Amino acid sequence: MSNKVLMKGNEALAEAAIRNGCIYFFGYPITPQTELAEYMAKRLPKVNGVCLQAESEVAAINMVLGAASSGVRAMTSSSSPGISLKSEGISYMVGSDLPCLICNVQRGGPGLGGIQPAQQDYLQATKANGHGDLHLFVVAPASVQEMVSLVGRAFDVADTYRVPAMILADGALGQMMEPVDFDAALSERRELPEKTWATNGHGGKRKKNIVNSLFINPDELEKSVLERYQRYAKIEENEVLYEETMVEDADIVIVAYGITSRICKSAIEMARAEGIKVGLVRPITLWPYPKAALAKAAETAKHFLVVELNMGQMVDDVKVATNCRRPVSFFGRTGGMLPTAEDVLAEIRKINGGIR
Amino acid sequence: MAVVFDKPHALSPVPFHYCPGCTHGIVHRLVAEAIDSLGIEGDTIGIAPVGCSVFAYNYFECDMIEAAHGRAPAVATGVKRTNPDKIVFTYQGDGDLAAIGTAETVHAVTRGENITIIFINNAIYGMTGGQMAPTTLPGQVTTTSPYGRNPIVQGNPIRVCEMLSTLDGLAFAQRVAVDTPAHVNQAKKAIEKAFKNQIEKKGLSIVEVLSTCPTNWGMTPGDALQWMRDNMMPYYPLGVYKDVDAK
Amino acid sequence: MNKVTFRTELCKGCGLCVDACPKKILALNTDVLNEKGYHPAGITDQDKCIACAMCAMMCPDVVIKVEKNI
Repeated sequence: MSNKVLMKGNEALAEAAIRNGCIYFFGYPITPQTELAEYMAKRLPKVNGVCLQAESEVAAINMVLGAASSGVRAMTSSSSPGISLKSEGISYMVGSDLPCLICNVQRGGPGLGGIQPAQQDYLQATKANGHGDLHLFVVAPASVQEMVSLVGRAFDVADTYRVPAMILADGALGQMMEPVDFDAALSERRELPEKTWATNGHGGKRKKNIVNSLFINPDELEKSVLERYQRYAKIEENEVLYEETMVEDADIVIVAYGITSRICKSAIEMARAEGIKVGLVRPITLWPYPKAALAKAAETAKHFLVVELNMGQMVDDVKVATNCRRPVSFFGRTGGMLPTAEDVLAEIRKINGGIR
Repeated sequence: MAVVFDKPHALSPVPFHYCPGCTHGIVHRLVAEAIDSLGIEGDTIGIAPVGCSVFAYNYFECDMIEAAHGRAPAVATGVKRTNPDKIVFTYQGDGDLAAIGTAETVHAVTRGENITIIFINNAIYGMTGGQMAPTTLPGQVTTTSPYGRNPIVQGNPIRVCEMLSTLDGLAFAQRVAVDTPAHVNQAKKAIEKAFKNQIEKKGLSIVEVLSTCPTNWGMTPGDALQWMRDNMMPYYPLGVYKDVDAK
Repeated sequence: MNKVTFRTELCKGCGLCVDACPKKILALNTDVLNEKGYHPAGITDQDKCIACAMCAMMCPDVVIKVEKNI
């Protein structure tokens, strides 16, 4: 029997976090993610948790840093401008090897931008969400149900490898209501390492722990970065997630993630009905990136089409993953505008004409 | 023979990196003495700042966290909210607490976070080599106020205890100095009270310690103490600015 | 007799203990350089020490241990 409930994406993210043992939330209101904080404010006091509205996103991420240092699961959420503010704290959490979950329900930018859905933080999230050599485990859900299952995955990966994880969603997913089955999403659990490094008082029973990102000697700093990159290599080896749709016989392979992938799926159906062989690779983890899946697709596909709600931020990743073996086109809308399936279909037709 | 004075246990047996005569060492010791006398080393989590005391995590035997510049009160909030029965303190300088971290400080106080803040006011940025601090006095020469701080151009100093004592969440604020044995004793009592208040869940306690920076002030350690007495104490009067216990 | 011990390897020769001593029996030993390259502080007349610990209270580097004869 399924236990489906109808929920808004932002609220489902919050409930999923609680069900994954995260009862500490620190945030700051910003459209279009505010329902997440509001949901936490309602629910967490009832499960002996803490929901604290910080004075800023800067403070919120540092509260998460403090909470995570104690060894508990902690999270924050925001939308694009707020994530920029959190970047400082995110870098410190990476440098201090602290796990946590950060939700970015993206809106249009740059600057104050707008409040409509966008995917304009792809490069920030996957390449440099803060200073220094760093990565986050970044997942891009495409439905409310997937948001729920990826929250658990993100916390598990964060705890396993001691890295911050990010759910990179967008305003459309955050605001849309869909049926969710929490039990189905919670079925998969993994064994997690004990947090022996936590600073929660040594109680006279162990040596003191230090949570720190400062290494004044360059050789020590290099060593710490190299050790972290060994963990990153393991994440790249073990934690890549993607979905393939009709790639085997496809002449044109669309690469799209999140809400955009759903528009592309409709376009693919329409194209197939016209006899154009189109498939989809949907990266679910944006870092680590599904390079192998794209390299494999490049063996048979003739052309790649990247579709995003930005100006083509993922294009280079596709070119690198496919070693530039096939042409890579881009189609996108930005600033909060969404393409229709017909818009994507028009691009498919154009490329198809070129192939012939 | 009775030992009347020795290194407290909560202070790590490593040499400080501070310059000769820098009063950070005295205040570190007073914090460790308070931790010892209250028997809370195993329950305490300290938050180090950015500034000269950035390495404070090496100097205390309790668990320690190194925070980003100015963010120690937010980090402390995260620690305390997840461990309400543990003892959490921040150790911050004037740039950390009263410039880049003003928002974190003010809001931790107004929320009444049950933590202890040790605030070192030496009216200058030490670690970066003597730049103007939020607490640099009018007329005081620093490398970024080379003609003396002109309030019309560079603004006025902040009196932290006075400002924070207007906020409801504050349990205790006292400004002390470490220029004489008598004042060191007073500072010791204030710091101990600030920790005891936390154990008794009274809210946020802050102890502001007027300190010296002989190196960047360009003085001998002894002259620096005298300069502090002559110049800082009139602008930053010592005393208790708030005490919820006071009748 | 009271006893003041200096961990001279930690001393930075700042002289705050010398200034604080009410009996004026502390001095920097200018004949000696410690590992750090400072003239360390020391006691010149142990007999006159009253074990008040004012020197230790003012020492920023926890160099001084004070013991009182009881």
